[in-house]
Amino acid sequence: MTGQQYGIDVTAEVNGVEVTRSVSPRHTLAQFLRDDLGLTGTKVSCELQVCGACSVLVDGAPVSACTYLAADIDGRTVETVEGLAAGGELHPLQRSFVDNFALQCGFCTPGFLMMAKSLLDRNPDPTEEEVREYLDGNICRCTGYRPIVEAVLEAAREMRQEPVND
Amino acid sequence: MTERIVGQSVRRRDLLEKVTGAATYTVDVVPSGTLHAKVVRSTHAHARITEIDRTAALQSPGVVAVITSDDLGGLFPRFGHIVPDHCILAIGKVRYYGEPVALVVAESVVAAADAAQLVDVRYEELPAVMTAAAALEPDAPLVHEEAYRASNDESFAAMAATPDDGASDISRDNVAHEVSLEWGDVDSAFAVAAAVVEDQVHYPMLYAYAMEPYNAVATFQDGHLHVVSTAQHPFMVRTDLARIFSLPLARVRVEVPYVGGGYGSKSYTKVEPLAAVGSWVTGRPVKLVLDVEESIYTTRADAADIRVRSAFDDTGCILAREFEIVLDSGAYADNSPLVLAKAVNRCFGPYRVPNLRIHGRSLYTNTSPASSYRGFGAPQGSLAGELNLDHAAQELGIGPVEIRLRNLVEPGQEILRGKRGIDADLKADLEMVADSLRRDAKSAPGYGIGVGCSASDAGAFPVSTAQVRLQTDGSVLLLSGSTEMGQGSRSALAQIAAEELGVALTDVHVAQSDTGTGPYERTTGASRTTTLVGLAVQRACADARGKIATMAAEVFGGQAADYEPAPGGVRGPDGPVVGFGEVIVRWFGANAGEVTGIGLVRRDGATQKMPPFWEVGMVGVEVGVDEETGVVEVEQLVTVADVGFAINPKAVEGQDLGAATQGLGGALYEELVYDGPQLLNPNIVEYRVPRIGDMPRKIDTMIAERHDGVGPYGAKGAGEGALNPMAAAVASAVARATGHWPTQLPLTPERVWRMLNGLPPNA
Repeated sequence: MTGQQYGIDVTAEVNGVEVTRSVSPRHTLAQFLRDDLGLTGTKVSCELQVCGACSVLVDGAPVSACTYLAADIDGRTVETVEGLAAGGELHPLQRSFVDNFALQCGFCTPGFLMMAKSLLDRNPDPTEEEVREYLDGNICRCTGYRPIVEAVLEAAREMRQEPVND
Repeated sequence: MTERIVGQSVRRRDLLEKVTGAATYTVDVVPSGTLHAKVVRSTHAHARITEIDRTAALQSPGVVAVITSDDLGGLFPRFGHIVPDHCILAIGKVRYYGEPVALVVAESVVAAADAAQLVDVRYEELPAVMTAAAALEPDAPLVHEEAYRASNDESFAAMAATPDDGASDISRDNVAHEVSLEWGDVDSAFAVAAAVVEDQVHYPMLYAYAMEPYNAVATFQDGHLHVVSTAQHPFMVRTDLARIFSLPLARVRVEVPYVGGGYGSKSYTKVEPLAAVGSWVTGRPVKLVLDVEESIYTTRADAADIRVRSAFDDTGCILAREFEIVLDSGAYADNSPLVLAKAVNRCFGPYRVPNLRIHGRSLYTNTSPASSYRGFGAPQGSLAGELNLDHAAQELGIGPVEIRLRNLVEPGQEILRGKRGIDADLKADLEMVADSLRRDAKSAPGYGIGVGCSASDAGAFPVSTAQVRLQTDGSVLLLSGSTEMGQGSRSALAQIAAEELGVALTDVHVAQSDTGTGPYERTTGASRTTTLVGLAVQRACADARGKIATMAAEVFGGQAADYEPAPGGVRGPDGPVVGFGEVIVRWFGANAGEVTGIGLVRRDGATQKMPPFWEVGMVGVEVGVDEETGVVEVEQLVTVADVGFAINPKAVEGQDLGAATQGLGGALYEELVYDGPQLLNPNIVEYRVPRIGDMPRKIDTMIAERHDGVGPYGAKGAGEGALNPMAAAVASAVARATGHWPTQLPLTPERVWRMLNGLPPNA
């Protein structure tokens, strides 16, 4: 593959597993995840950091994998949608997205889930306004967003172990 | 019968696959040994190609082939389901900026992209027609010198711009297609009218922005072509591919996994021929993934300029309507002839119009090709028809709801002469919208409400097939050629099969959209799947039950008629229920075998009359306008999905809210803008779509269920409705808030501010 002769060695922890690969300097994190590791859950759409579809977490902070360089994850941890369901058990966000019909085509969903996880990691009890504010960088063309807001608030309640009313 | 499974908001199983990242989309499919392609695109709107030098590109590392139209000898080098005018790679000249000129095929994506920049294409520029108005000039340059023979398909033949008698193959103007519709005596009606109201509106070029870009991977081996793509209509794409390569249909397999959004924009053939010729030349699988800019240049929605004039009596009843429609359809016809035909059918609204005259033209211009986008023709037509009705209401001193109640057709009444009468109670739907709006109306200066009604002749041409395969363990494999692009058909069809066969929903597995292994489906569009495929599934289940009854009689004795339907099996004359699996195992005499039920739908019986159903769009909004900035805030969004019967109510609400949101985008934010030969904003930064913060605080999505559709349990289609009248509803709400009638979308802050200050809509 092109770039092999200029390979940069990268070691990172991806969804809890340490991986080492040689990557080309212009290889993006999205290409690294999808092509090198086969983690195709992360999707690429606008390629300009405005749609949020490719959002993943690097050291716990959201980044756009379409433009973040693979070489820059050396020594860092990366979380993708494939890492959300621990031990085969759906993450509360995944469950509430399904139950609230917070997705249709699903192409934007991995990005929304990772952004929502990032929000709840920082703020376990967000207001509706805070959810809208935090997710304003993610585009969904199918749902009209309302079910996504409901799903995030419901997952937050569940994670705080408050009763969930359907 | 009381339904058990349909009518419930069951969990969609596809959503479970999608939230874990496990769901496969075309973009995830990369067969071993795949080469990657990059398209070299035209840098002119209209130019003769004088030379293509591929030397440097061929020497670039990893490049396997550089393909131009010169390499397509022996192939039919064009495609198009109505008019085959669309060059796979430009032949002789380019007709729009961004048109594919060459295809670079290489060992990696980056190698192909690097080499694509080294292909040296020389042009001799030609005068271009960049607008519909320019295309209509008497001595306008011709986009197409040749008129192509149209498809003889029954549902498209009438759409064809060119006669299929071979009379003329020389094009004389830029009219791609022309449609007229007329009844009554329009001129006399206008002569006696108490009021005549006239408007002129412009509907912008839009981009659907399905988030998965157009992409395909093709493998041409041993005289077989296998394509995996993002196509909504794999069987239509198969027809185009078979014609290109002169292959029997049976040797072309088009497979469609999950589609990352379609909204009509992935209807018909797009990138599949490019990937296929790449594989035909190289003998290896070739994958082509467009980026967003390339996708925007591949297909957009038709822009429209519409002049409308309506005559009323002194009670506000419509006497006559007249429309002149001009669509900017871009460089190739694609589905624009049908978009035009639908704009004509849908512009005047679901009203009693005793005298009507419509003339529509779809024009070739040197801009990106236009085609289907959700509701096609209806949003363009409704903007003119509905806004004009609201304008008239103001002149006549009647409210927006009242003028519609005075004119809406009654259940069963014809909208289009000789077609199926309306299968909906529109007045009741409108009252639901009006009640909800009134409850929360601000009724203060700077605020205004708008309502919009539409009924679309939907469902397309009714050709649908389905298969249910009953297994020895009692589980069921349901096969359909329809595609799952997010709308939830896979889940809804499983509900119907489970209901019909009396098995658990978890016992039904659905496999879709594979022309090589699955049954035929004409299209997945026009909101048809639940209704038409749903009927095919019901019939397939009945067929399977009949076969099981016959087999049970052979195994257990008696007549087939003795075996009554029972949950998951049949009940014999002696009482106990025998499961499907047991009948199969006993009949085959081994723990093996299966029974296939087949369901067919055509223009016959319930689906004889066209359209198969009317899709209702019923919306209301309240907006607030900031006079200083021109910013429009949508305070209330109210929709009624009149779907006859909701197989999965939450999924129906989701479709309707999604359609309404795209409608808000077209009303307030979205517009592709040409400046010279190319687009100013072919990206998602400058082409702004609705974001989470744009959503109204009050959203009321209602469902009307009156079991009045021809589909299963009285269902009819959903998914486009709320988009169709949305732009008009927003525009008329802005008019009531500001006192100025918009003539152009989107209603951006600048445009509204200019309107408030008495300036023309554009700087």
